[in-house]
Amino acid sequence: MNILINILEQGMLFAVLVMGIYITYKIMDFADLSVDGTYPLGAAVCAILILKGMNPWTATLAAALAASLGGFITGLIHTKLSINGLMAGILVMFGLYSVNLRVMGKSNIPLFNERSIFDIYAVTVFGQDLSTLLLLTTLVVILKILYELFFRTKTGFFLKAVGDNEEILTSLGADSHKIKILGLMLANFLAGLSGALTAQYQGFSDVGMGTGSAVTALAAVIIGFSLLRKFNVTMSGIAISGAVLYKGILVIVLRFGLDPNDFKLATAVAVILAMGFTSGAFRRKRKHVRKQKPSEGGEVYADSKELVKNL
Amino acid sequence: MLILKNLSKTFNQETPLENKVIDSLSLKVEHKDFITLLGSNGAGKSTLLNLIAGTLDVDEGEIILDTLDLTSMKAYKRANLIGRVHQDPRLSVSPNMTLLENLSLADAKGQSFSLRRAVDMKRAGFYKEQLETLGLGLESKLNTKIGLLSGGQRQAVALFMAIMKKPKVLLLDEHTAALDPRTSEIIMGVTDRLIRENEITTLMVTHNMNHALSFGNRLLMMHEGKVVEDLKGNDKVSLTTKDVITMFRKNADTIEDRMVLGL
Repeated sequence: MNILINILEQGMLFAVLVMGIYITYKIMDFADLSVDGTYPLGAAVCAILILKGMNPWTATLAAALAASLGGFITGLIHTKLSINGLMAGILVMFGLYSVNLRVMGKSNIPLFNERSIFDIYAVTVFGQDLSTLLLLTTLVVILKILYELFFRTKTGFFLKAVGDNEEILTSLGADSHKIKILGLMLANFLAGLSGALTAQYQGFSDVGMGTGSAVTALAAVIIGFSLLRKFNVTMSGIAISGAVLYKGILVIVLRFGLDPNDFKLATAVAVILAMGFTSGAFRRKRKHVRKQKPSEGGEVYADSKELVKNL
Repeated sequence: MLILKNLSKTFNQETPLENKVIDSLSLKVEHKDFITLLGSNGAGKSTLLNLIAGTLDVDEGEIILDTLDLTSMKAYKRANLIGRVHQDPRLSVSPNMTLLENLSLADAKGQSFSLRRAVDMKRAGFYKEQLETLGLGLESKLNTKIGLLSGGQRQAVALFMAIMKKPKVLLLDEHTAALDPRTSEIIMGVTDRLIRENEITTLMVTHNMNHALSFGNRLLMMHEGKVVEDLKGNDKVSLTTKDVITMFRKNADTIEDRMVLGL
């Protein structure tokens, strides 16, 4: 029971990040690696603001806004300097490592004795405190609703079109640069929000906590997508279930004795296999030619010594 | 009225590959003109459309629409005045979005930062009505992804999207060239009707001589970045295939088979 609650809590924290990655990777078709820097940036900013005595909710929001600035920079150098999107993300992630250290002043800030958004009345069911899970779920549900509403707006439609056919934006009177920057800001806002929530949840902020967050979130998107695309599930639904499933799988394989150090390799292999399957590269070519019994005609007729009219 | 003044465009400037594609070209396009633009490959037809649409910057010259100077206006801003359909059916639509979503996008032209609902179901009736007039069975496919439609259907949608917001100028860049002859005729018929109904000034690049002769009120021939023939009114009406071939011989020495064959 305890494990299940843990999985769900971590899944909800992770889901916020995965919803962000869904925007860049799935909707905009942009492999944004800057989240590896903006996720810990969110944690760092939130931690330092809480230490300075700011209200945890305000600190969380400020942290997410700071992270969206990271996305803004990625977008700016990608569009205005024509730097490849992947490279732009890597550069921002690389630079943010120093920024995060600067913000925190040291590589790890403990928050155990500080106020957090999780300081709420305990909701005890069967001896388990569900307050944290309920709060996180409520947050994720609110985000999910906003997310779906946003992608039904005109701006949301233009963002979808960026990943589909960038050319069309110009003919629709839209500045594709601005739309791309907006998408990256949204994605990194969610990444920073996830980082800020995670720091308060786990009770510390660490400069290394972002390593691999882009790839793991991508893994979650792929899991969600490959399992749920056949059903009529919304985009945010895919992201959230992917996130929870990923955390579930993580706990299960660790229980079965997988060395935690090997987990990144296992994730990488799983992502490669999943992407290979979705691209159809591993699909066996079905042979359409069936063995046929020789039927009348052809050689049977050709070898026949009978007159044609008798056949 | 669209006025092009002394337009020039050179690719690969100051390199051995230097290529002057548009050479001090001047042109006055009257309101409601439907111009068909002929010319051999490399004559500068598509480049001219790109310069007007703003996807390429001019080196020299001016582009003026009515009283507005477009010369340094960004392409996405010009799009509110200028509609365009490309040759490749994939370029003018968003293939993974449904027909309804694509039409809603066209309706949202110029409002890329708006948190209003994109799909307006009140417009669906209008879309259906309009699609029905195309006669391609599109009215029953509002919820189909555009990528699943045929090339001809996609071009019809692209055309419909391009004129949805009544642009002042419509640029058609061989928009029927990738279609089979029968569909090509249907799309040309639709094009002609929509242009007439909406009174849009149009420039159409084509390699199909029959289309160049039977549509539009004015015919231009380009060669080496210049307009070498300009026929309007009765001169255009009385023009025959033979005359056009003579024009090609005179100016370009070469003529492509597909023009004569009407492919």
